[in-house]
Amino acid sequence: MKSLSSKIYMYLLYIFLYLPILVLIVFSFNQSKSRANWTGFTFHWYADLFRDERILTALLNTVIVAVCASVFATVLGTMAALGIYSMKKTGRTLLMGATYIPVINPEIIMGISLMILFKFFASHFNLQFGFATLILAHISFDVPYVIYNVLPKLRAMNPNLVEAAQDLGCNPRQAFFKAVIPEIMPGIFSGFLMAMTYSVDDFVVSYFTSGTNVEPLSVTIESMTRVKVSPKINALSAIIFVVICAIMIARNIIENRNLRRDLALSRAARQ
Amino acid sequence: MKAPKALAVPYVVWVLIFTVIPLGLVVGFAMTDPDGNLTLENIFAMSDYMAVLFRSILFAIIATIICLIIAFPAAYIISRASAINQSTLVVLLMVPMWINFLLRTYAWMTLLEQNGLINKLLGLVGLGPYNLINNSGAVILGMVYNYLPFMILPLYSVMVKIDHSIIEAAQDLGSNKARLVRKVLLPLSMPGISTGVIAVFVPSVSTFIISRMLGGGTNDLIGDIIEMQFSGNSYNPHLGSAMALVLMIIVIFMMSLFNQFGSEEDVPL
Repeated sequence: MKSLSSKIYMYLLYIFLYLPILVLIVFSFNQSKSRANWTGFTFHWYADLFRDERILTALLNTVIVAVCASVFATVLGTMAALGIYSMKKTGRTLLMGATYIPVINPEIIMGISLMILFKFFASHFNLQFGFATLILAHISFDVPYVIYNVLPKLRAMNPNLVEAAQDLGCNPRQAFFKAVIPEIMPGIFSGFLMAMTYSVDDFVVSYFTSGTNVEPLSVTIESMTRVKVSPKINALSAIIFVVICAIMIARNIIENRNLRRDLALSRAARQ
Repeated sequence: MKAPKALAVPYVVWVLIFTVIPLGLVVGFAMTDPDGNLTLENIFAMSDYMAVLFRSILFAIIATIICLIIAFPAAYIISRASAINQSTLVVLLMVPMWINFLLRTYAWMTLLEQNGLINKLLGLVGLGPYNLINNSGAVILGMVYNYLPFMILPLYSVMVKIDHSIIEAAQDLGSNKARLVRKVLLPLSMPGISTGVIAVFVPSVSTFIISRMLGGGTNDLIGDIIEMQFSGNSYNPHLGSAMALVLMIIVIFMMSLFNQFGSEEDVPL
């Protein structure tokens, strides 16, 4: 960032991105319910938040759905990626095209189309709207991200790896679990994390597939913003913001450390 | 290594049941009445919602253009920063993205409302209060705010690959800034622009929460109308499916316009 004008531009951009969130957080400590008048410092919205049965249940629901869906999606997606990797071009193109649909399809269409499907299941197979429908829906939009993360790792793998393992006395099963899986593990792991974040963050698909008995956190937040606005939402945002910042800063520090090490190594190599 | 193709079979079944059949059901519902008879009535009924449809497309296009104008210089500045600054700036872009968009939109609700912070600050210098919320501007602002990183990130990932010597060569050969942008940066960033345009347009044109929270019920978009057919009082999945079908056609049209039918190497955001 060389010129002053580009510095100012970037500062303005980041102020635009962060100011609304920071205002939200500041007013989570405000004594009155007002969102413009500062009347004094308090923690009591946080205390209220942790006593709110509905929010805590919703948080638990979100965690249950996200964990179940992303574990299942990781297994299904990794298997799919292995299969796709060994497919011929036509089959591969077709399946990758189908994999692209949930990624690009507007969320609302995914939501209503699954809702129609689940209504059909509900009337014919006695499926209840709730955890089952939520987890099925989440797996459906999670799997593509696992495939997108695992497939490049498979392509980058040395094709002789399995042969080498077998030459060294592995049977095919051992070669697969001892050579292939460790090689693609980073892809599997980042796919799992991505699936998890998408599940936790999802509102639109959950809104249409959750029914009335099981409410995930995002759906609770939406109905809270609809009725009476409570600073409890501000408190919740503040907690989420702090958690995300902590994760991102940790990631950034690790990445920058690696980056600096790589730079130092390449400099040393040049000398 | 050749893994057995059969490993993909469960996924093929999954895709059929949870992606292909549901979309088929939407098409089927759009073409039938509640008794199951074939009809085009739902499609024709769309003519009553032309204003909403037009508004959705218009708002989404405006939001996309604003995002592009803001994102282009930003992505360029990030791509020319040092490697360590780059990764920090990108992370700073992503932090707000991980906060649920409901909360981000809610934040703007509290800022823009009649007795919100912005009007209060304006009041201190003797201005206002203005009607900042429940109008089309607020809805578009909500779209820009929520989806701006979707434009910056793909642009950045293309621009970071532009060799700086190309830019210097253009400058050495006498390009001024405008020419540099038009003749060098824009053509080289085209793949990032088309990804970004799709990534902003699709969620903008189909949103139903941003318009509800910031538009105050007077700026309904196609997403709101679809949502009402499925969970509101006017339950009518057949009409809703017809609307969803129209929305899908708009999205497919936009994608073919920007040539986004994926090479399989593409890893989306």
